[in-house]
Amino acid sequence: MRSKFDEQLASLHKELITMGALCENTIAMSAKALVEGDMKLAGEVSDYAIRIDRKEREIEAMCMRLLLQQQPVARDLRTISSALKMVTDMERIGNNSWDIAEIVTMGHITPSHDKLDIQEMAVAVIRMVTDSIDAFVKNDKELARSVIKYDDVVDAHFDRIKGLLISQLSSLQSDKGTETATNGEFILDLLMTAKYFERIGDHASNIAEWVLFSILGRHESKNSAD
Amino acid sequence: MIKVRDMCLWYGSSQALHHINMEIPDKAITALIGPSGCGKSTFLKSLNRMNDLIPGVKITGEILYNDTDIFSSAIDVNNLRKEIGMVFQKPNPFPMSIYDNIAYGPRTHGIKSRAKLDDIVERSLRGAAIWDEVRDRLKKNALGLSGGQQQRLCIARALAVEPDVLLMDEPTSALDPISTSKIEELAISLKEKYTIIIVTHNMQQAVRISDKTAFFLMGEMIEFGDTEKIFSMPEDKRTEDYITGRFG
Repeated sequence: MRSKFDEQLASLHKELITMGALCENTIAMSAKALVEGDMKLAGEVSDYAIRIDRKEREIEAMCMRLLLQQQPVARDLRTISSALKMVTDMERIGNNSWDIAEIVTMGHITPSHDKLDIQEMAVAVIRMVTDSIDAFVKNDKELARSVIKYDDVVDAHFDRIKGLLISQLSSLQSDKGTETATNGEFILDLLMTAKYFERIGDHASNIAEWVLFSILGRHESKNSAD
Repeated sequence: MIKVRDMCLWYGSSQALHHINMEIPDKAITALIGPSGCGKSTFLKSLNRMNDLIPGVKITGEILYNDTDIFSSAIDVNNLRKEIGMVFQKPNPFPMSIYDNIAYGPRTHGIKSRAKLDDIVERSLRGAAIWDEVRDRLKKNALGLSGGQQQRLCIARALAVEPDVLLMDEPTSALDPISTSKIEELAISLKEKYTIIIVTHNMQQAVRISDKTAFFLMGEMIEFGDTEKIFSMPEDKRTEDYITGRFG
């Protein structure tokens, strides 16, 4: 019964996994380009971000078709409406990764600079994105809750990077050397990349909140997930 | 409010309804849904004792209407059916003029004054949103109307005796989408004055027009609650499976 609809829902899941994988790759590419100062790789991120945009449109169209053809209710309605919300956050993840790559292409962050916790932060953020999509596909509310909780780890990385960069900024003011301007640009750019990673964490957390909504039929606040 | 307490119904030795308990709110639309043979129409017909007409029917439990059990000897069945009117699946106008269709009920209740009947006919037809379409042909045979118009005429006929409650048994299943929309909009406007209980196989119709929904399965009422809740987050897996089309 409703086997056609079940097939369509299965392919919606498949498309979301594909879009999630594109997001993971894009974040990983931006992070690698940033850590290794690889301008060429940074330049390739835009292609991925555009593919993510396209996938968002495809999944939106798929959801609209399902709403129109199947007039879903209950769990089906929650799944499709959550998917529609999730792709918006996934598209933002693609854009934030592109933002990071663009900063790399400006060349103020060089391979010789210490990138502080950025590598670890990127790994943590990718984990959040992977788990949030997994939670949707497996209908796993505990995994979704763990993603929301893990955002604290990403925030802690950001706070630490910010703190270290503030210290570098202070020492820059007392140092009247010729490298001041270059280092100033490095500090601000690295802070911005950290902020973009932190935003990606927030988007993954939003995805996990929609997963919880699709399972529970109500929103669960971050506090209650703690 | 109609309060149903532990109601069971048998057709001979076969039990069709099992221990139904529900409180149907006033001035609201309550939808009864469920697969064919689940007992929803049997339940609907019990509310104005239409099942009395079927031989071998036995009912236990209570249906309280205005705090009186409708099965008690104090109840006049004709009066009960005046208070609780019914609209059927297939439009069933009498083979007489539009005017006489509406005036039929009031006449049987003793109203003879022409002016009074004129007033009732106009008020009822307006109430059923069909006055503008038939005002110039009140003397024409009602069977000449379209299916959708006939169904609104039947609603007007039910309204003519000034009921409190309207029972509707799949009132749009024989109608095209435009006529269906008209009946649905009519039902929504009527709930300001009347309590409406509607049996429907059209899930989207239940979502569009009803305030409360009751899901019946194999003679049991499985779940009863706010329509929005039932169709977004049902409590019972059997409700979920039915409304999402996974069985039934």
